This record gives sequence, C-alpha cells and structure tokens, in this order.
Amino acid sequence: MAGNNGFEPVIIGFTCNWCSYRAADMAGMARVKYAPNVRLIRMMCSGRLDPQFVLKALAEGADGVLVSGCHPGDCHYLEQNYKTIRRFEMLKKTLAAMGVEDARVKLVWASAAEGMILAEEIDKLVAEIKALGPLGWKRMAWAPEALAIAGGDHDN
Amino acid sequence: MTTRRKENLAADAAPSPAATGKPKFAMYWAASCGGCDIAVLNIHEGILDVDANFDVVFWPVAMDAKYKDVEAMDDGAITLCLFNGAIRNSEGEEMAHLMRRKSQVLVAFGSCACEGCIPGLANLYSRQALLETAFSTLTTDNLRAIRPQPSFAVPEGELHIPYLYETVKTLDQVVPVDYYMPGCPPESKQIAAVVGLVIQALKGEAQLPPPGSVLGVGDSTVCDECARKRSEKVIQQFRRMATYQPNQEECLLEQGILCSGLATRSGCGALCPAANMPCIGCYGPAPGVIDQGARMMSAISSVIDAKTPGEIRQILDGIVDPAGTFYRFSLAHSLLHRARVASREG
Repeated sequence: MAGNNGFEPVIIGFTCNWCSYRAADMAGMARVKYAPNVRLIRMMCSGRLDPQFVLKALAEGADGVLVSGCHPGDCHYLEQNYKTIRRFEMLKKTLAAMGVEDARVKLVWASAAEGMILAEEIDKLVAEIKALGPLGWKRMAWAPEALAIAGGDHDN
Repeated sequence: MTTRRKENLAADAAPSPAATGKPKFAMYWAASCGGCDIAVLNIHEGILDVDANFDVVFWPVAMDAKYKDVEAMDDGAITLCLFNGAIRNSEGEEMAHLMRRKSQVLVAFGSCACEGCIPGLANLYSRQALLETAFSTLTTDNLRAIRPQPSFAVPEGELHIPYLYETVKTLDQVVPVDYYMPGCPPESKQIAAVVGLVIQALKGEAQLPPPGSVLGVGDSTVCDECARKRSEKVIQQFRRMATYQPNQEECLLEQGILCSGLATRSGCGALCPAANMPCIGCYGPAPGVIDQGARMMSAISSVIDAKTPGEIRQILDGIVDPAGTFYRFSLAHSLLHRARVASREG
C-alpha cells in the first residue's frame, strides 16, 4: 500500500433497518473489532437507496460507499432488494463511465444475524479503498481554473 | 419596426445606452449554438412587443455592439438580460460577471446556461483530450500542428484569446442568477409568455415570481404532457432508435427506448415523443429532482425485468453510453459535475 501516509478513508454506509443495521448493532454488542471508517445511515430498506445518495456522498468527500441490505428473497418489503441490485448495477455502470473505480462502491448482503460478515466486509472494503487512495472528488471537480492559467499551462 | 430600426442605428452611431427612457434588454451567448437566440426570434410578432417595450442595448447575434459599450454602462443599467450558453472559457466567465453587474434581472436562458447542456458533456473528458480531438486527430487537417495560443506577439502588440477551461460550468456556478429558463432551446411560446410577464411586471400589472424560480415550464414531468398510452412498464431489452422503429401509440420506454421524460421537467409539450422520438431531457431535472441522471437511473432500474446480477447486466448492456444518455443535458449541473479522467492531473 504505497503512498498511503496514514490515509483513513471516509465511507458512507447505507444500511437496511431490518437486517444490516441490526447486523452492525450485533457486531457492536458482540464487540467484534472492525475498521471505524464507515458512517452508517439507516434506511427502511436498501430499496430506498436513491442513486442521488451515493452520488452526493462521493461528490461531497466520501472515498467510498457501502450499500447493505437483506439477502435476496428475505426482503421485509418482499421484493425491494431486487430493485437495489438493479439500481446498484446501473449505478456502477454509470460510475465507471464517470471514472469512479469499481471497488469504491460495494453492495453487501447481511442479515441481522450476520454481524461478523458485515464487519469482515467492512474491513475488506476499507483495505481496498486504502489501496486506491483518497477520491477527493470536490477538489478534482471544482479545481479553480485560474490555477491552471497561473501555473503557466500554455499548451493550449 | 422600420422606424425603430432607424433609431437603433442612430443609437449605434453614438453609443449612449441611456438614450431613451425604456427598460434595457440584453441577450448574450457564451458556450452555446445560437439556437436560443433563434428561439427568441421565433416568438414571431411578439418580438415587436420586445422592441416596443425595451431598448435592445446588447445582443451580439442580432446587432453590432462591443463589450466596451456594456462596460461603459452604469451597474444595473440593463433591466433584463437573457444569458444563454455555458461557461467554458475565460471570456464566458468574464462576460458572466459583466452581465451580472450590469443587469437587474439575469436569466439563465436555455439548457446550456441552466445545466451545461451538450457543451457540458465535455466534462466527460480532459481539456487536453478535447484539444487533441479538435486539433490533431487523423481526420483533422492540421499539418503544422497549430494549437490556439492564449497569447501571441505580433508587431502591433500582444494578442490574447480566451483560455479554454478544463471543466464546463453553468451560469449559476459562476454568478448568482435570478431566474432559470431551461430547454434546448426554450419553447418559443414559453419565451413569449415570460417576456409578456416581464413587460406586465414593468408596467406594474403583474408581479415577478420569487428569485430563483424556473420560468416558462410546467410543474411536472414530460410524461404528464405525453399523449402516449401507458400500461405496465417492464423492460426486457433496451432498443436503440437507429435499429428499431417504435410504434406511434405506446409509451416509448415500454417499447424499450430510453426516454428521459420521467426525469425531465414539463413545459415543452412533449414534442419529441409526439414525433416518435424519445425525450432526451433538455428541460432539465423535474421539480424536486437534484440530479436528473440519478433520477433516470433510479426509475429505469425499477422497471427492468430481471432479478439476478447476471441477467440485469445483460439487459443493462443495451445502454451503450450511460453517462452521456442520462446526463446528456445536465452533466455540468449534476452532483458529480464532471468525470474523473486519467490525463487530468498528468
């Protein structure tokens, strides 16, 4: 992991109220140790995930996003997590076109009993994003143009 | 019109913007195609009302005027400025600041000024890649490998041309904007209505909507204006217009054509679907939507008829250019604003 210099990624985790949020709770109660880089946001269902949430997280400074919900077939609202899979696949396709590495946005299924699995997946995600380095979208997308001119970039 | 034209010519001869007591009208284009200007002229005899109620003091497409004439005006001297075009170089940015300073009401006019539009798609590439494409690909006849230089010395002195920016911006990302009027271009009947409203407001007969409002639009989506028959949306396969002839009656999306109507603001009258072409999203995000592309992604993936990642990917393969399709008009105003490209830092 070269060029890491103590980089601690900021990861936003969107979790389902009925499973993965409870899985995280369970991991906490069982005192499972895992990377503290994920800020969890609870939704009523992973199917509630609007692609805007992920885009906003990345645009505002997150280095990665975790989306977590019930296993296919186990949705509290019957079929909404299938919608999650479709949105996720669609989003990944667009994000790839926007230059966001595949590993930065991850979908994990975790039932309320799978605190250990969620913790493991979070550890893996943090390690992968550490290897990729900071995303720094704001700095990249909103770099003042004046700098390029002042920097003597005259290769017009 | 003829007599007014003469007066205008007289005004040109001795540039004195405060020559008459009428409110001043300006229209400027930054990175745009000129279609917005044509759309304004397309209000037909309505243009006579503009002429009767305003002094047209600056409109590069329609009349001769110099930037220095605008600079010489008092701040706030222009009553209404319709600013079309995105900001993609130093000239556009300078003019945005100038028109903001000189105008009481600055309208981001047309999709480019509101959302970046087609020029905004440059945000999928680096500045370097754009210049390569324009000046040095195989199909470009540029034997001396000429590139535009920001400054160039000639015997008379140094010449400057505007600097091309890395990233295209919308007008409101550069200066505060009073109103938005989306569309590529805005529909002429909507323009006529807005111009009429401004004229009434100037006479004290009507009130302008609160600043920040989107003018000349509906308050729903293009789907709500579309006359096509809608039943259940289930997509098994995406089809492209080049290889498929959709029928005239059914919802285009239900026929597998990517139609942006469901994420796009109403106001155009659903002209494209009426001509058997899908909505491509030029009226910008629907009310309440921040990111038009995200709304498209969300809506489209809800109706894909597949449950496993493999099947889903197979259907999604039918979407050849997701960023360019979902963000065709709104990339520069989207949450991500631009793509991250390898050569950008290099």
